[in-house]
Amino acid sequence: MIRRFSADVAIVGGGLVGSSAALALRKAGLSVILMDKGFCGAQASGVNYGGVRRQGRSVAQLPLSQRAHQIWPRLKELIGIDGEYQRSGHLKLARKPEDFARLEQYAETVKPFGLNLELFTGAMAKTRFPWLSGNVAGASFCPDDGQANPRLVSPAFAKAARDAGAIVLEQTAVHAAVRTSDGFALQAGTDCEITCHFLINSAGAWANKIATDFDEPAPLSRIYPSMVVTEPLALRLPVSLGEEGGGFYCRQVQRGNYIMGGGRGYALIDPDFSRPSTAAALAVMKRATTLFPHLAGAHVIRFWSGTEGQLPDNNPVIGRSGTTPGLFHAFGFCGAGFQVAPAVGAILCDLVTSGETATPIAAFSIERFHNMPPQHNKKKGTHNEMVE
Amino acid sequence: MNDTLPPVIVGAGPAGICAAKTLVAAGLRPIVIDEGFRAGGQIYRRPFVDDGRSATDLYGSEAAKATRLHREFDGLLPSIDYMPQALVWNIAGNELHLMADGKHHQIGFQNLILSTGATDRILPFPGWTLPGVYTLGAAQTALKVQGCTIGRNVVFLGSGPLLYLVAWQYVKAGGNVAAVLDTAPFSAKLNLLSAFRFDPRLVLIGMSYAARLVSRGVKIRYNVRPTRVDGSQYVEGLSFKSGTKVHSIACDAIAYGFALRPETQLADLSGCTFRFDDRDRTWLPVTDEAGRTSSQGVYLAGDGSGIAGADAAEISGELAALALIQDSGTTVDPGRMSALVKARRRKAGLRDILEKAFPFPDNWFDQIPGYTKLCRCEEVTVSTVIDTINGGELRELNRLKALSRSGMGRCQGRMCSAAMAEVLSATQHLKLADIGRLRAQAPVKPLPLLLQEGGS
Amino acid sequence: MSAHHSRSQFQRHFRRDEAHVPFSIDGIAYSGRRGDTVLVAIMSATDRLRLSEFTAEPRAGFCLIGACQDCFVTLACGRRVRACTTPLEAQMAFVTRERGNE
Ligand SMILES: Cc1cc2nc3c(=O)[nH]c(=O)nc-3n(C[C@H](O)[C@H](O)[C@H](O)COP(=O)(O)OP(=O)(O)OC[C@H]3O[C@@H](n4cnc5c(N)ncnc54)[C@H](O)[C@@H]3O)c2cc1C
Ligand SMILES: Cc1cc2nc3c(=O)[nH]c(=O)nc-3n(C[C@H](O)[C@H](O)[C@H](O)COP(=O)(O)OP(=O)(O)OC[C@H]3O[C@@H](n4cnc5c(N)ncnc54)[C@H](O)[C@@H]3O)c2cc1C
Ligand code: FES
Repeated sequence: MIRRFSADVAIVGGGLVGSSAALALRKAGLSVILMDKGFCGAQASGVNYGGVRRQGRSVAQLPLSQRAHQIWPRLKELIGIDGEYQRSGHLKLARKPEDFARLEQYAETVKPFGLNLELFTGAMAKTRFPWLSGNVAGASFCPDDGQANPRLVSPAFAKAARDAGAIVLEQTAVHAAVRTSDGFALQAGTDCEITCHFLINSAGAWANKIATDFDEPAPLSRIYPSMVVTEPLALRLPVSLGEEGGGFYCRQVQRGNYIMGGGRGYALIDPDFSRPSTAAALAVMKRATTLFPHLAGAHVIRFWSGTEGQLPDNNPVIGRSGTTPGLFHAFGFCGAGFQVAPAVGAILCDLVTSGETATPIAAFSIERFHNMPPQHNKKKGTHNEMVE
Repeated sequence: MNDTLPPVIVGAGPAGICAAKTLVAAGLRPIVIDEGFRAGGQIYRRPFVDDGRSATDLYGSEAAKATRLHREFDGLLPSIDYMPQALVWNIAGNELHLMADGKHHQIGFQNLILSTGATDRILPFPGWTLPGVYTLGAAQTALKVQGCTIGRNVVFLGSGPLLYLVAWQYVKAGGNVAAVLDTAPFSAKLNLLSAFRFDPRLVLIGMSYAARLVSRGVKIRYNVRPTRVDGSQYVEGLSFKSGTKVHSIACDAIAYGFALRPETQLADLSGCTFRFDDRDRTWLPVTDEAGRTSSQGVYLAGDGSGIAGADAAEISGELAALALIQDSGTTVDPGRMSALVKARRRKAGLRDILEKAFPFPDNWFDQIPGYTKLCRCEEVTVSTVIDTINGGELRELNRLKALSRSGMGRCQGRMCSAAMAEVLSATQHLKLADIGRLRAQAPVKPLPLLLQEGGS
Repeated sequence: MSAHHSRSQFQRHFRRDEAHVPFSIDGIAYSGRRGDTVLVAIMSATDRLRLSEFTAEPRAGFCLIGACQDCFVTLACGRRVRACTTPLEAQMAFVTRERGNE
């Protein structure tokens, strides 16, 4: 028997982007149906490193990131849990003098945005952060950036959306979406038909399917950041830390485990599943022991990876479709969508309810890829993008 | 030069040893990797150092087999490349990643036999994390390998053939057994009579343990449910229910378990397809009767492909090796293969009956209080797990792990995944087969952060 | 864990007369026997290996075959070893703190 649903807005993809959009739209009074092919918050949004950082983002992303910065401290009120969010500070390390020069230049460029970055030369950095060791040419510290637990935060947004009245269908993949006279018609799962006025494509690394169906394919590729976690250890690392160039990042959670990442994993035959790479994990482990000699005796207990959408200019697609009225896209966050996602949800709500948003998002228009030569579609993420 | 890669065997228990012997007989030179100090696997594990005990002291009725297998393996040493104390912690495509001497090594393979054996199957109850509470396998290993008992006065609790065997081994070694508390009703044991036609020797030996224990004055109780371990810093006793009455027994150690669960992480990482097995209440890699899996070049043997015991492990080790040889284009004796397949089926028939004689206590969680720790690594309680299931309307095991932390710790769910599955299926009224299984993740056991690059 | 427990959990039935192997826990001297694993040496001398990370309850290993990972102990040099699969070496100095290798 066919199950029929209709709603003001249908959302494809229950990651943090789709779930926070669902919650915002419900609060704005619209009826919402949120679908995920698996479980909400089980893909990139639930398995990422947990860095909640503005520092290091392109200038284009900073207004969006600042908007998200206002939302994170309100998690408890929004979704019922604080998600282990803490403004621990984010420390960006430079291994070489030329890296430090880049950090200095970045600090200068983003001054107007009020990130309050503090710069330290190598020796000063080790005085200020005495647990640090190894070759460090300098560092830039953003005291109000922080970290959170993605495993808890992302599913909790979906749950809050459901509690607020959204229909949430898990294990329900959207197979087809077509424009109708007054909106869209969707087929999903084994037996669902959905009609809606607005359609949001927040299908993460899988989002190109719908974009292509509506004649605006994006040059979206996939990356699989490789992660490592240690056994629980004495609390010692108070900040989240990342190296300029993206080769190593690390934080210690309140329970004591160090979570660290760097390098890329690979996809399995079923490309929805990925594996961390041993070479990447070993490199990360080695870097950890030089930066933190106190970890020399510790053990790692698990590696993992996740599937993330990558775009050639390292910026996401956010905004209305260039071909189809009523369709909105938000995908391709290039390894850095966790922090901004709650603001992306809010922006999608703005766009649906009023057709505009106060946050500048012109740089993220999908139309920047219209008429792009197809070979760009093949571009793979390089080692240098910053994931955290 | 892929076609020159030697076959690799992971695990040197009875299955791995027989596989190695068969490959060597066919003119191949396998690499044999085992985590232990000495070959033999769990049942035929050898002491660290010679302590004067004979094979009969160590292995009882199975002494002749143990001696033969050890001798055979030692004889194989010139013809194989043996890597003891080496942990295979990942399989990525056609590469094994292992740790030996604190260093990282990678070995390419074309043909691989996984004979990784089993570990105790465990269900939690209040106090199971206290010092002095060990698995049945642990109690036996302490005695066999180290010549120690886990306490002065030990209660044996649970279900499975090891329950009576290890209790008897303790008595024989001069240990004091406070009681044997079987979670199954006595009537279950009557099933053993029908096992007689499969393996009369084994059935007789098995039944004799209970008789010998009784003759030494050890009390055996049936249909028992433990309520808690008494003591706050170490074991001081055990409270349990028998019928409607609660009893207490003084003891300073408890050995317990509910038969075994296969070690299947490497099979999972190598991409094998799994199926749910109703009898073993767990997911097993799919194999044909010779041990071929869905992954090209990967073969399974022994308890790691489904619990069947040491004799079956020998048979399946030889079978997997013959299948490997056959698939590499060399003819093997078809009569030998079909004889082995038949022998293996008989062992499987025996196993079905043993499962009835030593049943899994499937109503376990009806009586387990919420404060019981379900996951000993992350210290997650039963009620936290149930609240997580209800709060998120969870229906899948990996989600339960992600949201509750149960199964996320150092042991990778080895000790709690059976219990997690039981709780999830009971809470949501779902079949065990319908809640998925914990995906294996590398490293299958903890690795030192300082793992140095070794070689290939 | 500060208080040391002279109560030994494990009982030796064999290898009693093997050569003694000296080791220490938080500075207190003990001796194991040649052929001991770290776990057997410690549990034949005391009644716990460590305190659990999150509730500080005593723990003493569980499976003895390297499966449960419950038996990690810390050496004074910061190295952490799985007690049930690591042979005891003379002069090993174990420290028992609440968590990991501080
Ligand atoms: C390992 C890793 C580490 C990272 N670290 C950080 C970090 O520290 N900080 C940071 O800011 N960002 C980080 N990121 C990036 C961040 O996780 C992502 O950018 C962000 O989660 C993207 O959210 P999303 O909702 O777009 O995607 P996802 O979470 O992937 O959600 C997309 C959802 O769509 C569903 N879906 C797809 N197709 C369909 C369909 N046809 N029908 C129904 N549902 C469908 C999928 O099942 C999925 O659940 C990291 C990413 C990874 C993988
Ligand atoms: C503690 C214990 C005690 C037992 N005692 C008895 C008994 O007394 N009588 C009885 O009939 N049955 C006993 N059993 C059951 C018995 O283990 C099996 O029936 C039989 O040993 C199975 O043989 P196998 O070759 O399949 O595996 P095993 O004998 O278990 O051998 C597997 C080998 O693989 C190695 N291994 C596993 N994973 C890896 C890895 N990732 N890297 C490197 N090496 C690896 C292990 O170290 C082990 O040596 C016991 C089981 C356990 C767990
Ligand atoms: S006691 Fe289980 S791993 Fe050591």
